[in-house]
Amino acid sequence: MTAPLLEIESLRTYFYTDAGVARAVDGVSLRVDAGETVGVVGESGCGKSVTALSILRLILPPGRIEAGSAIRFEDKNLLEMTEREVQRVRGNRISMVFQEPMTALNPVFTVGDQIAEVARIHAGMSKRDAAAKAVEMLKLVGIPAPEQRANEYPHQLSGGMRQRVVIAMALVMNPALVIADEPTTALDVTIQAQILELLADLTRRLGTSVLLITHDLGVVAEHCTRVIVMYAGEVVEETITTGLFSAAHHPYTEGLLGAMPRIGRHAERLATIPGTVPPPTAWPVGCRFRDRCQYAWDRCEREHPPLYQIDVAHVSRCHLAEEPERRAHPHPPLAAERGASAA
Amino acid sequence: MRRYLARRLLQAAGVVLFVTTLSFALIHLAPGDPIAAALSGSRVSETVRNQWRAEFGLDRPIAEQYVKWVANAARGRLGYSFSRRQPVSDVLRDALPRTLVLALPALLLSFALGITVGVLQAERPRSARDRWLGRVLLALYSVPDFWLALVALLLFSYRVRLFPPGGLTDPVLYDYMSPREQLVDRLRHLVLPVITLTLLTAASVARYQRGALLSVLPSAWMRTALAKGVSWRSAVRRHALRNALLPVITLFGLSLPAFAAGTVFIEKVFSWPGMGLVTVNAIAARDYHLVTAGVLVMSVMVVIATVLTDLAVAAADPRVRLS
Ligand SMILES: Nc1ncnc2c1ncn2[C@@H]1O[C@H](COP(=O)(O)OP(=O)(O)OP(=O)(O)O)[C@@H](O)[C@H]1O
Ligand SMILES: [Mg+2]
Repeated sequence: MTAPLLEIESLRTYFYTDAGVARAVDGVSLRVDAGETVGVVGESGCGKSVTALSILRLILPPGRIEAGSAIRFEDKNLLEMTEREVQRVRGNRISMVFQEPMTALNPVFTVGDQIAEVARIHAGMSKRDAAAKAVEMLKLVGIPAPEQRANEYPHQLSGGMRQRVVIAMALVMNPALVIADEPTTALDVTIQAQILELLADLTRRLGTSVLLITHDLGVVAEHCTRVIVMYAGEVVEETITTGLFSAAHHPYTEGLLGAMPRIGRHAERLATIPGTVPPPTAWPVGCRFRDRCQYAWDRCEREHPPLYQIDVAHVSRCHLAEEPERRAHPHPPLAAERGASAA
Repeated sequence: MRRYLARRLLQAAGVVLFVTTLSFALIHLAPGDPIAAALSGSRVSETVRNQWRAEFGLDRPIAEQYVKWVANAARGRLGYSFSRRQPVSDVLRDALPRTLVLALPALLLSFALGITVGVLQAERPRSARDRWLGRVLLALYSVPDFWLALVALLLFSYRVRLFPPGGLTDPVLYDYMSPREQLVDRLRHLVLPVITLTLLTAASVARYQRGALLSVLPSAWMRTALAKGVSWRSAVRRHALRNALLPVITLFGLSLPAFAAGTVFIEKVFSWPGMGLVTVNAIAARDYHLVTAGVLVMSVMVVIATVLTDLAVAAADPRVRLS
């Protein structure tokens, strides 16, 4: 087996807020191999963005990456690098595409300047060469009249155009890994597919690995080889994409899929998962999903489930792995009952 | 652009007219008049005084005096200063350059210093550096201006005889100096008032700049810059500062006319006969024409500063379009 390009090991990123310690990312391990596109899915607040920002060490106080975490990239631990060394990785070997194309670009610099800056920092290009590179990148991401567009400011471009600019900026140095954090969430539905197609096409051609964060399982199905499901700051399931749709194991993943329970006695559809993610300052002991889970039993309250091996390249953080017979007895989850009694 | 300028000029004319009318009315309605002020304590009889009033047209109704003043002002004749016994334009020709030679360097220096300090603070918020600079600024911000001016005089003119104690030039030797020495003498007289004024203003500029920077640091584009591999320092100094300069440019525009109006306390302490002292003395002397002319100069300055500010903001912020 080849060495993975990126390997995160028990990453813990905590925020020391007035409301207490928010354990936003709480022991996440994951791997991205060269040339592969890995999806990360999960509800809002489960720690996807914090994981992404942690990889590039972009967590600002009061946030902190805790000791004992490791992020190995191209055989070096990013967490042991000096700030200067990490700067040489950012935008160069690993780059990011953010969710908000409206605000991700600096309003007072031309888009050409902002793309050129990457080439100037990392390739030491002259002003003129970098400007030419910027135009070339704009052409690459399919922006018409790139010479003119390079001299325009972000507010003169549409949302889709801006996201193309952000992608251009991310690919200037032909990085080994692109982290795309919900790159299309803020865009028009019609444009979302175009942008994702562009990103997929370019990274495939350049052989770039992608860590694609999304809450859209359709996107995962279309673009990812593997998928990681996160819940409450943890990885709760990881499998190859085809396996996720045919054989999801974790009840949370099932909920996300809106699927029928696999043992066909229980016939009603789970449209949404009842309840909400608990606050990251107070993760429950035991299983963090248990209040919202239709299979939860007393063990889930006492014992924090480890990642069980379900199959080759398939793990799940659910005790059902050891007591599969309990799937036959679903019950309304605690959160739903609470919701009902409150209403 | 042309439409913008046309509209601005029209507005400006309105503002200038309104402000001068108001001040003309106010100073005339204030108790006393120039004759009474000039002759206070002397034993000139009321009949003679009234004669003089009639001679200068001061017995006419305010409206009539005003129309006459406007007609004259439009032709560049600003009237006569009773208290100084010379044409108003001569008074202004002396006082305005003196004020500007003090105010412009102080204004530029204070913004350069204030912006620098603001950046140094905002770069490391709540660090020891930020807190110490903050304390110094707070002290400067809260001391009265004349107090700081006096302390500066005491320390650097009387204790250590580094700089002259005030005035524009050396009262005795200036006339015997070579042109080079005269220039040095003038500069030496400028140092203390400029430094005092600079420190006082820099304190508010720095507080303002720090706040402006802190408010843009959490922007998404800052994170983008960092993710590109830009260092924190240059992200603050290049990306954030360009955005956080916009409100400071506006502050600069607002300060310009205030500085041109002269700073009475500084001028008083350093015996610097600029616009501030001239205006204050003119008001006390009910020197109608001089007061109104001073206000006229001020309002023109405000108009110029506003236009310059608009142009500067438009140049610095691509989202702003003049219309
Ligand atoms: N600067 C911060 N200070 C305090 N808490 C933070 C900070 N940034 C993130 N968090 C906490 O970390 C948790 C995870 O946030 P994160 O942004 O990673 O969620 P996400 O999975 O990306 O959600 P979304 O789908 O909404 O983007 C949240 O509960 C949030 O409250
Ligand atoms: Mg997010």
